[in-house]
Amino acid sequence: MAATITDEDTQIAGPAKPPITAYIGRIASRVASYLQAVPLALILGFFFLLPILMIAVVSFWDYDFAGLYPDFLTMNYTDTLGSWVTWKTYLNTLKYTAMVWGLTLLIGFWVAYFLAFHIRTTTMQMVLFLVCTVPFLTSNIIRMISWIPVLGRNGLVNTTLIEMGIIPSPIEWLLYSDFAVVLAMVHLNTLFMVTPIFNTLMRIDRSLIEAARDAGANGWQILWNVIIPLAKPGIAIGSIFVVTLVMADFSTVQVMSGGQSASVALMMKNQMSLLQYPAAAANAVVLLIVVLLMVAAILRVVDIRKEL
Amino acid sequence: MTNDTKTPKGISRRGLLKTGAAATGAIVGSGLITGFPTIWAQNPITLRQFGTGVSNINAIAEKCKADLGITLEMTATDSDAAAQRAVTQPDSYDIADIEYWILKKVFPAGVIQPMDIKKLKYYDKIVPLFKTGKLKPDSVIAQGTAPHTVGYVEAPGDKTFAKGETQFFTMVPTIYNADTLGIRPDLVGRDITSWADIMDPAFKGKTSILNIPSIGIMDAAMIMEALGNIKYADKGNMTKDEIDATIDFLIKAKQDGQFRAFWKSFDESVNLMASGEVVIQSMWSPAVAAVRSKGIACKYQPLKEGYRSWGGGLGLAAHLEGAQLDAAYEYINWYTSGWVGGYLNRQGYYSAAMDTAKEFMSADEWGYWIEGKPATGDIMSPEGKVMEKAGAVRDGGSFEERMGKVACWNSVMDEDRYMVKRWNEFIAA
Repeated sequence: MAATITDEDTQIAGPAKPPITAYIGRIASRVASYLQAVPLALILGFFFLLPILMIAVVSFWDYDFAGLYPDFLTMNYTDTLGSWVTWKTYLNTLKYTAMVWGLTLLIGFWVAYFLAFHIRTTTMQMVLFLVCTVPFLTSNIIRMISWIPVLGRNGLVNTTLIEMGIIPSPIEWLLYSDFAVVLAMVHLNTLFMVTPIFNTLMRIDRSLIEAARDAGANGWQILWNVIIPLAKPGIAIGSIFVVTLVMADFSTVQVMSGGQSASVALMMKNQMSLLQYPAAAANAVVLLIVVLLMVAAILRVVDIRKEL
Repeated sequence: MTNDTKTPKGISRRGLLKTGAAATGAIVGSGLITGFPTIWAQNPITLRQFGTGVSNINAIAEKCKADLGITLEMTATDSDAAAQRAVTQPDSYDIADIEYWILKKVFPAGVIQPMDIKKLKYYDKIVPLFKTGKLKPDSVIAQGTAPHTVGYVEAPGDKTFAKGETQFFTMVPTIYNADTLGIRPDLVGRDITSWADIMDPAFKGKTSILNIPSIGIMDAAMIMEALGNIKYADKGNMTKDEIDATIDFLIKAKQDGQFRAFWKSFDESVNLMASGEVVIQSMWSPAVAAVRSKGIACKYQPLKEGYRSWGGGLGLAAHLEGAQLDAAYEYINWYTSGWVGGYLNRQGYYSAAMDTAKEFMSADEWGYWIEGKPATGDIMSPEGKVMEKAGAVRDGGSFEERMGKVACWNSVMDEDRYMVKRWNEFIAA
């Protein structure tokens, strides 16, 4: 490919400029860089851009139980945005996102800090980091469902507390509640916070901490003024993972709330199971925009590339 | 240049193939190959069956192959996907295994051809529920999409259903059953007699209904009516006002904390019941059996307002003709001849032709499942697992007691889309 293109280019450009070799070289390098970008562009184009474009197109179509009809209707959007259910569902999903983000950030930073600064040898650090990933060797669904026998009315927690005489009757809000949803989500997503933060903490030059101490800073001041600012890119990357995962979650909300709470993705799934694809597509486009805005806000606060 | 010479060749080759296919079709269609059971083994016929009900049962396909030599290719889907496929891909199946309310949706699209009852060997044996809507002459016709209302057309090619019994039958019924509430008799602590009992404040936070809009709304309607909140003209086809009243009531109950959870799949309902999270809930009969098989008491409680019933059948695709059509009739006649009926009855469902099924069941099985008598020996599932010990009596009693008390059939409403929208509000509320 590269050869034929450059040949043609020389034939056309040949008579015009005397230093042909330099010219070929320049063209070749330009073509080469395009060629290098082709595989990624093709993959992203076919598997990412095209599907999203199709979703956007379908979101304007008409439908009934039997099929989809190409059209240009804004009905799917007006139905979605005009309903209090959508707003309530978005609010609920954002509530979960905020709570899960806060908790995973706190726990994730804590764990990463311990691994990075309190474990002396690199080997041990790696061993403990791998230990953190062990739960991820089982499936997401299994880790989530395992909470049910623990939290249930006759589950481990309730029976233990009752037998110890701490509570007279089972605590009802442990399962099928917002508490259960947030608990499961934090459990599922904390590692996505730990990994990038641990990574950035490991890159911090230890002499900076020594310098701060020499300059008279105490532990909290070092944490606040040195470590956290330098860990920002990791925090930002972890936040992007957690926010996008929670915003798009449907199975955790469905299972842990016992179908009593709604999330945006669950709303979409309901529509899809009723074959209302255009309505689901419109919802997907709205969700995509919301999530992109959130990611943009995160990147606005932290420049990942600059600080990596 | 090369293109010019090649093109005519391509066309002629394709033309040849076309003529060949047409000739084969003509031979098949002309009746040179006729419908005797013996012929299928020599000239194998495959029928593609898709749907929600019996298509989930592989044993039927195996027995069909052994008895008739017809290969059944079965695909199981959920009901919404089945409705869509029936209409949009009518050539992708030969037999549609769908519920009656789905038939009501898809039949007007002209994708199902009615059957001539003269070709149905066991038509006379099919229970009258599917012909007149009455199990016994004095039964009351239930609300909703009752099978007999979509059971007949005046003539082949008609898109509207006939008022009464005619020569053209749209579907041969396969399985049907009567659904009610499941309870944990050890935990409810009192007699449960009415659909309204699920709203008893004593069971606050210990009840569940199913989160499948088209069925959930019917259970809700049974509850509303039992509470005396409303009297529906037709529970199976509510007006917008009736839908609003029902959903508003559900939202209030949800916000008061009456429900523990909403279930969507079979296993969820089993787990809710078995773990004691819920003591009274909407349930399907195999789920009750599954809870009991764990050694936990669970009862499929008959209620005074009656049952919510469902039923499915086999319909012939419009494109079937010639030998394939004959094979399809052969299959349906085999289907109603008894073996399948016995199999389904032993699973706790009901079969369309009870008289033929009886011959394939032991006296004890017939007594337990159909007559509501105490079992004299252990009752086995078709797979050979013990389902009930000797002495057990089926919840709700006999076939006539259960199917004779149907209050409402699963249905599709005219305001379907509005109902689904409001149902989603209930879940989000």
